[in-house]
Amino acid sequence: MAKPKVAFYWCASCGGCEETIVDLAEDILKVVEAVDIVLWPVALDFKLKDVKAWKPGEVAVAFINGAVRLSEQEEWVKLLREKCSLVVAFGSCAHLGGIPGLANATTRDEIIANKYLRAPTVNNPEGTVPQEKSKVNGFELELPNFWKDVKALDEVIDVDYYLPGCPPPFETVATAVNAILENKLPPKGSVIAPEKALCETCPRNESKPDDLTITSFKRLATSTPDPEKCFLADGFLCMGPATRGGCGERCINGNMPCRGCFGPTPDVLDAGLKMLSAVASRGAADTEQASQDFADSLVDPLGTLYRFSLPVSMLRRRLVPTGDNQ
Amino acid sequence: MSKRITINPITRLEGHGKIEIFLDDAGDVERAFLQIPELRGFETFCLGRPAEEMARITPRICGVCPTAHHIASTKCLDDLWHVDPPPTAKKLRELVYSAFMCEDHFLHFYFLGGPDFVVGPTAPATERNILGVIAKVGLDIAGQVIAMRRKCRELIETMAGKVIHPVFGLPGGVSKGITEEQRLEFLKTAETAVEFAQFSLNLFNDVVLKNDDYVKLILDDAYAHRTNYMGLVDENNKVNFYDGHVRVVGPDGDEFARFAPRDYTDHFAEHVEPWSYVTFPYLKSKGWKGFVDGPDSGVVRAAPLARCNVADGMATPLAQAAYEKMYETLGGKPAHATLAFHWARLVEALYAAERMKELLEDPEITGTDIRTEPTRTPDEGIGIVEAPRGTLVHHYFTDDNGVLTKVNLIVATNFNAAPIAMSVEKAAKGMIKGGKVNDGLLNMVEMAFRAYDPCHACATHSLPGQMPLVARVYDSTGKTIKELRR
Repeated sequence: MAKPKVAFYWCASCGGCEETIVDLAEDILKVVEAVDIVLWPVALDFKLKDVKAWKPGEVAVAFINGAVRLSEQEEWVKLLREKCSLVVAFGSCAHLGGIPGLANATTRDEIIANKYLRAPTVNNPEGTVPQEKSKVNGFELELPNFWKDVKALDEVIDVDYYLPGCPPPFETVATAVNAILENKLPPKGSVIAPEKALCETCPRNESKPDDLTITSFKRLATSTPDPEKCFLADGFLCMGPATRGGCGERCINGNMPCRGCFGPTPDVLDAGLKMLSAVASRGAADTEQASQDFADSLVDPLGTLYRFSLPVSMLRRRLVPTGDNQ
Repeated sequence: MSKRITINPITRLEGHGKIEIFLDDAGDVERAFLQIPELRGFETFCLGRPAEEMARITPRICGVCPTAHHIASTKCLDDLWHVDPPPTAKKLRELVYSAFMCEDHFLHFYFLGGPDFVVGPTAPATERNILGVIAKVGLDIAGQVIAMRRKCRELIETMAGKVIHPVFGLPGGVSKGITEEQRLEFLKTAETAVEFAQFSLNLFNDVVLKNDDYVKLILDDAYAHRTNYMGLVDENNKVNFYDGHVRVVGPDGDEFARFAPRDYTDHFAEHVEPWSYVTFPYLKSKGWKGFVDGPDSGVVRAAPLARCNVADGMATPLAQAAYEKMYETLGGKPAHATLAFHWARLVEALYAAERMKELLEDPEITGTDIRTEPTRTPDEGIGIVEAPRGTLVHHYFTDDNGVLTKVNLIVATNFNAAPIAMSVEKAAKGMIKGGKVNDGLLNMVEMAFRAYDPCHACATHSLPGQMPLVARVYDSTGKTIKELRR
């Protein structure tokens, strides 16, 4: 029997998801034995013409990482959807929008102005900014436009499974590949990771008091976490209670609190809201002033609670007045 | 009648890029442009974030060199909060950084740039990749490459939490130290890394330097540019990746400037072109003179060969010997041969491995004083490191509460953006004559940028992606007269 065909593709990502596949290290040779990799742009020279030549369903699975922001990326993922039996959203950006999704709290015009007009080192008296079409000594050059919004993969195409994480740890990649090879797949739409919150498997869980109360949040800028104590009990915001486990607690092992890259647990619609609710119910403020001080101690709720998930949250993006050219 | 050839995307690099080549009536290259068609806007969406989170957010600029952004950001935070980390903390950061430089340089040599030499510049496209390298050098050596990178990356993961997007850097120090047991284990990794770097230099010697055609290619004028060079140096003017002063030398090798990171805005400015999302930094005092080299041009190159060119040598003995041998063969310093970046990269990998070993033999590395907590009011900070692909600048402004109000990032491939564009154009002019185009020739044009190991994800803080390589030849009415696909 022919080996199953597998495709890897990247959209709007940093390349870290590709590195996690390279980090399979010696196991990558086993993967190459078990499957035929028919597309992996970072390392192999298979091209668009090859993808177009596939019969629909010929390729067993496409692992697609990155958020979607360019029409060119949309065309690619739609083509892969047509040709592949399964599509797996690989990593936080494809799953939730990821850190680039924080751009949904800004506008295209602000991004352009800060980069090309206002940066401290930019010398640009003519106010030149990149153009979709430009002419240099008669030579016509083109650049792609980018969408005003960053989107998660399932806002653009139908997605069968999700592999969470920024990036997904290679152990979960191996689990997913094996599940596909052995045809032991969970129901469509599943996130291939444990269903419990990170707190449940956290090595510091023992030190999390049942009646946890927080009077004020500490800043990592000016305080250092205790190497063994629950971060919330120690006064640092940790997304553990609202975040799916399965990451191997790597940030925790680095003595740093969770920022939520695995996304919400299955029963939660909006990870940021869930965490905000958890925090609010733990706040030990009994006067209006104490409440205000407690709220103020959480600097940047948007960028912290929605660090990885703004595009798929109930907020989705910052509101912009109608008619604004973003 | 002008004809146009499009190479989209360029491959075996990190990030997007496309090359537009315009031919004249005779079929020779009139102009060539390397365009970077992406932009993400970290400078903007980081505003309003607490500055200390930058060390965790900015690694997402690039998953291939997240450690470079993490460490540059962490050093920027030291400066922002006016705090000096304890010696152990600095050494722990430099240890992680050296392990990273080592494995990243190996990644480029064996996976990205190396196939052009190990397999061959005009070898079939299907073999010009890591699998082709494995076929050439054997599974045993391939296994060693994989194992070496894994061990370096395990060290980073143990120390910094995650290898892809590390978390341990804090203003004034790090969140975590190492035990004596870990030190001994890492020391074995460092010793293996030193051996493996020497092996890689020998491989380069046997496969590249003993092949006259390759040496001719390296020294071919089509791949040379007489530019300024920049890089961090220590107090003895030796190459340093983690800290030091920025030194700039002119095309003749004379020192042009030497300054502390804090003063970078006095020396550099960025130029904007309407046809690319990348900005083009240049030496302020020489000014922007366009995409040209020579003594009057403000264009400055960064990354391995540039670092070797600005320094007086390497700070470790084996790397110093390799450094001397390299310049002997290249005919002295500074070397202008773009393809020699590959060689300098391996010299640096050896230095990084030796530096790992030195740090692990330092008793202070297992110290427990790993952080000085900031007490002063933050305002403005600048952090500079040498990323694998060149000098990397993080520059933050905050309010009194340490919340970001302005962010400036000039990354390694930014500095090399103009030189890469020039190198691609010059290689295109040297390789494409009389309208003759084939896959091998186009790859030899791509080799001009690959030598820099560019990271266009970094350069535009952009979104890597991939399109097939298509070369189309158009006539003046825009009609396709020839199409090639790799």
